[in-house]
Formats: sequence, structure tokens, C-alpha cells
Amino acid sequence: MSEEPQSWFAKLRAGLSRSSDKLGDSLSSVFTKSKLDDAMLEEIEEALIASDLGPAMAARVCAKLSAEKYDKAVSEAEVRQVVADEIERVLAPVARPLEVVAFPRPQTILVVGVNGSGKTTTIAKLAHLFQEQDYRVMLAAGDTFRAAAIEQLQVWGGRIGAPVISGKVGADAAGLAYESLEKARAGGYDALIIDTAGRLQNKQGLMDELAKVKRVLSKLMLSAPHDVVLVLDATTGQNALNQIEVFKEVAGVTGLVMTKLDGTARGGVLVAAAERFKLPIHAVGVGETIDDLRPFDPRAFARALAGVQE
Amino acid sequence: MFESLSDRLSGVFDKLRGRGALTEADVRAAMREVRVALLEADVALPVVKSFVDKATERAIGAEVIRSITPGQMVVKIVHDALIEMLGGDSEGLNLDVTPPAVIMMVGLQGSGKTTTTAKIAKRLSEKERKKVMMASLDVNRPAAQDQLRILGEQISVATLPIIAGQQPVDIARRAMQAAKLQGFDVLLLDTAGRLHVDQALMAEMQAVAGASDPAEILLVVDSLTGQDAVNVAQSFAGQVDLTGVVLTRMDGDARGGAALSMRAVTQKPIKFAGTGEKLDALDAFDPQRVAGRILGMGDVVSLVERASETIQQDEAEKLAAKMAKGQFDMNDLRAQLNQMQRMGGMGALMGMLPGMGKMQKQAEASGVNDKTLSRMEAVILSMTPKERAKPEIIAAKRKIRIAKGAGTTVQEVNKLLKMHQEMANAMKKIKKMGGMGGLMKMMGKMPGGMAGMLGGGAGGGAPQLPGGMPPGFDKLLKR
Repeated sequence: MSEEPQSWFAKLRAGLSRSSDKLGDSLSSVFTKSKLDDAMLEEIEEALIASDLGPAMAARVCAKLSAEKYDKAVSEAEVRQVVADEIERVLAPVARPLEVVAFPRPQTILVVGVNGSGKTTTIAKLAHLFQEQDYRVMLAAGDTFRAAAIEQLQVWGGRIGAPVISGKVGADAAGLAYESLEKARAGGYDALIIDTAGRLQNKQGLMDELAKVKRVLSKLMLSAPHDVVLVLDATTGQNALNQIEVFKEVAGVTGLVMTKLDGTARGGVLVAAAERFKLPIHAVGVGETIDDLRPFDPRAFARALAGVQE
Repeated sequence: MFESLSDRLSGVFDKLRGRGALTEADVRAAMREVRVALLEADVALPVVKSFVDKATERAIGAEVIRSITPGQMVVKIVHDALIEMLGGDSEGLNLDVTPPAVIMMVGLQGSGKTTTTAKIAKRLSEKERKKVMMASLDVNRPAAQDQLRILGEQISVATLPIIAGQQPVDIARRAMQAAKLQGFDVLLLDTAGRLHVDQALMAEMQAVAGASDPAEILLVVDSLTGQDAVNVAQSFAGQVDLTGVVLTRMDGDARGGAALSMRAVTQKPIKFAGTGEKLDALDAFDPQRVAGRILGMGDVVSLVERASETIQQDEAEKLAAKMAKGQFDMNDLRAQLNQMQRMGGMGALMGMLPGMGKMQKQAEASGVNDKTLSRMEAVILSMTPKERAKPEIIAAKRKIRIAKGAGTTVQEVNKLLKMHQEMANAMKKIKKMGGMGGLMKMMGKMPGGMAGMLGGGAGGGAPQLPGGMPPGFDKLLKR
């Protein structure tokens, strides 16, 4: 993280600033008194809930706060610090960037998620991230369902100069995945990123299709797919937990990427997800341009969420 | 859609129902649980707070304490408050303006605007016979305009020809002109998804609204949205005059919190709910039904509507006549299976029946699904007409033959026969109890307090449903 430019942290802060402002505002408004009492705890809990941490996680953070500071005089900065530390403690073990390590190549990455979570855009950003590290990347337009999804990925592929394997609309996604892996292998690519159609996790048929894509890939290459990345929309609330659970079961999700963190109060559900599923969080999307996907920094995230001032 | 929330709430209410008298502390404890249930369902915090405060205040009032069934009273208060929160009556689109009536779609990225635009266009052109044109103003996302064009081709609705590089406001003007000249009734404008903190895009949205003077501005919201729903609603409502909300992905397993929040924050009606990926999966939003569903009271109105659409009247009458006589053979069973399939299969049926939510889960867990229905039908179809009329004659050898014919095992055949037997017995009992009136009593014994619902006045349609859940069917599911 040390060689990362400072601008990245600034960007995340800017992205999360709304959420931290919100949490910060709520926390500041708590401090008309100086002793930590029940009313104050409740307000802190609500501030956390409003950041999508979920009632259970919020209660836990507050219990921690209560255990340490109850009935003691506390300053606003102290409370923020305790909250940030607690969030960081949960997040730290799961921060792990996506790396190209597969041998033999290519590192095959299957990208899954519900409709509209930002899979296709994330794929382009991810490819760009790999390209910056001098890897050769191939993309596969596996979303054969949504109108113009293939075109969307092709446009991105053209912009970043990565080949895009595509079939026809309505084609078999598993067949396309197979073909793309063959081509990526033959062409000596370092990484292959496969798009999939968005699906709600309670649609059994679609989830079965996903399992098939995975099965077919592993037939060609036993270790593939090396990563199955679930893309979560930061605006999603507690349903994100259901999404992770089902996608993990069916598609064997190995890691998470959270998108659209550049809006308002959001992303708190990652904390609850980290505690419950312990899945690596690979990256967060903090903007619309191609550079706006960066490795997940738990400390920055926790501090930004709790509104700790630097 | 709202299963989990209704599970959570019915858990809370079950505790209350059993109680003779309620103290203020009991009510407050229950309301705390309601609060957590709502928060877990992603209802926005300010909305939850005002809801719980309002409901608590009413519940602690004298009417509950004096009531003979205080538990029921609390349930009713929560129910009423929910309906209030969702808004009273369902509202459609208001397109009574000089054509073309412009409908502008706004929302965050990935909320489902483009798909919803196509769904509304399809609905207007097919159900209301309007001449509809769609135009995409999304110049940001790659291929977004193509997406709308392709969808337009799929549903046979005209789209504005794409001119590369044209800016949204200009596209809107061009679309207005084209719609006027070509005599379209409705023009749907699909705007670019935006983050509500993006001032430039918000300004663009205002400019488009200014240029096109829309009759409806619909905010498209993903029902998976969490606490951010409040910010979304407020910031869009602050920028343009929203006239309504469309909730998408209501077919997911989200707990519907966004539905509850949206109405409360925007004060605008929720007009439609997107319920699937197909382009006809768009329902008018009925607050009362949704409230009923959230509270686990089922959606009997929808069920009756669905039933009357799909049940063949003569078939139903025949069956009713037979039931009155206490007869029930394999042909009747098959007719019932068919009717269940026509009504959208078992899952859909049980989802709409009060108190059946739990059973639906059990059924899913034990692998009972709509395939089971067609398999059962296959077994019946492998019987001879004689066997169907008189199932008693089916002995071991016949069972083997039937199993082979249906491509299944003798055990499966036995299961079906057993089910038929139980149902036939039930029919006889019904006859003894005096026909249909008795059937109602039987239903009252089913889990989940269906009787309570029937007493509530909402279930007038239930006994007219010979095609619904056959008696004894619950046993099949519990195996």
C-alpha cells in the first residue's frame, strides 16, 4: 500500500466522504453530553445502521464501545477511533488484492453478480489494473442475455486494447467460456476475465447455468476458474448477505469487489459480510473512469466510514 | 418477495397472540423486535423510527389494553400502519395530456431503467393500445442506446434513431419533435444512470425535464437498495418533480425495505413493480396486497384473480359436484394438478396463501417443486382409464407397469395413491360435514390461522376455489 499514490486514498475518502459525513454528522450530534450513556450508544448504533452495517453488526460495535467506555467521559474523536478500530479489526484479515499467480496461465477469473451491480464495468477496470502490471488480458463477453451487453464489453475492450471473445446473443454462456479459455491459452494470455449475465440469486435455473459455466471451465483446465468474483453494488443493503451466501454456494465465490462507492452512505454491509463469510475483498470501485478500481484498504475504509480525521 | 420480513414479523406476533393481557412493557418489547425486523429488511432508519413510534403510541393506547384479544389488536395496528406507510390505493400513469405524453425515467446506475422503460412501453402499447416511442438519452454507458433499440425491436415499439455524439437535451428535443410529427401518444425518455452526488448529471436531468415537459417522471429504484434509499429518493425528489416510483427486482429475495422507505420519503406513489427479467414482468403496485404479504396474511386477492383467470369454469363445477357427492378419482386428481400448474405452479400458489410461507420453504427444502406436479401427472397418465376411475384395483403388478410407463419407481406410484386416498377420505368427510361449508372449517384447521384470515373479510374468495390447494396436500409436502 505504501507505494500507492496518495491520490488513491484521497479518492476513497472523497468517495466515502459522504458516508463518513453522514456517520460523522450523526456522531457529532451525539456529543452534546460528554459521558457515554445509553441514549448516546443508541444514537451511535443508529448512525452505524444508517451506514448499512446492519442491526446485528451495529449492536456488536456498540457493545464493544460500551464495554470500553461506558459511563466514562469521552470525546468525539475517541468514539470515532474505537468505531474505526473495531471495523478495521473485522476488515483487515479479508483485504487481499486479486493477483495473477496461476500456473499454467491464464489466470481465469469468472465475474458474477446480480443484474446492474456493475459487472461489465468492473471487468474493464480489472483488466486495466492487470494491464498496468504488464499482464496480457483477454475478456469474454459471457453475458449473452441482456441486450447490448456484448457491445458494452466490446467498447470497453476497444478502449483498453484487450481482445474480447464474444458469441451471439442468446448463445450458451458455458460454451463461450470454454472457447475463450481455449483461445486465451493458445494465445498465451496471462489473465482471462469472463463476464456473466446478471442474475438474482433466488433464480434456480440461472444459478444452475452458472454452476455449469464453472464445471465446463474446470474440464478444460482443472484449476480454472481460479477466482470467482462476486460484484456487489454498494447501494445494496442487507440483501448483499443473501447474495454472497447463495453465490458462494452455487458458484463457489472466492472474493468480492464492491462497486459504486462514490455515492452516499454505503458500503457498511461489507463489514457484516467480512465477519460472516470471511471472503477476501479484492477491490472497490470509487468512480466511473477506468482507473477507479483499486485494491481494498481496510484501514482507509474503516477510518473513512467512521469519519476519523487525519 | 417479502418472505423473510413476514417470517420475522409473524415470529414476533406469534408471541403476542398467545397472550391474554399485554402490558406496556410487552408491547414495547415486541415493537423493538419489529424495529430490528424492519431494519434487517433494509427499511430506511428514519422511516423505521417514525413507524415504530407511531405504532407503539397507538398500541399502548387504551384500546389494546381493554381489548379481549390484545395480541390481535397489536397485529392489526401494525398492519394498518404498514398500509399507511405504503400508501392507500394503487395509482396508474396519468397520461391525459396533449400527446405526446412524455414519461421520463430517472434513477441510479444499474437500477434497471432501460429494462423498465421497455416494460412500460410494452404494457402501454399492448394493454392500452397506445402508440409509443422510446428514446435513450444515455450517452455515458457504452452501448446503452443500442440496448434500448434492441429491446424496442423485441417488443415492436419504435425507438428514436440514434445519432452518434448528440447530447441528451438535444436528443430529448429531437425525440419530442419526432413524436409530434409522427403522431405518437407516448414518448418514453430513458435517461443515463447517475450517482445522486453528481451535480453535472443532475443538472442535465433538469434540463431534459425542462425541454420535454414530462407528464410523468418516474424514479426507478432497485428493491435491493439499503439505507441509501433515503438519500436517493431525497436527492432525486429535490431536483425534479417526481410523479411516481418504479421498484425493480421485486422477484429477488430482498425483504422489500426499499418499497416501504420509498413511499414514506418521496410521498409519491409506487406505480409499478418489476417482477422478472422478461419484458412483460411488470405489475401494477397494490399497497394493500403488499402489506398483506409482508405480514404473512397472504395475497388472497391475487390468488382469486389468478384462479378466475385460469380455472375452467365447467371443470370447476364438475369437480364441485363430485366433491359434493364425496367422489374423488384419479381423473379429478389430475384435473386439480392441471389447475395448479395453470395457476403458476405450487410455489406461486403457496406464496399467495396465508400462513403457507413456512410450508413453501419446507416444500422447497424437500425438493417438491413444479416438476413434482408433472411427474405426478405422468403417473396418472400411465394408468388405464379403468384404473383412473377405480384406483382400488391397482395391485402390485399394475403398480410395476404404471411405474415403468411413467419412468419412475413403485414408491412414487404408492405415494400418489396414498395422497389420492387421503384426499378421497377428506372428500368423504366434507360430504359428512355438509359440503362446502365443512371445507371452510377444515381450512381453519390448517396451520397459520387461515380461519382468522377468513374472518377478516379478505378471504371471501377462498371457498370458491376447488382448484386451489387440495385438502390433504399439506401431508404430501411434509413427507
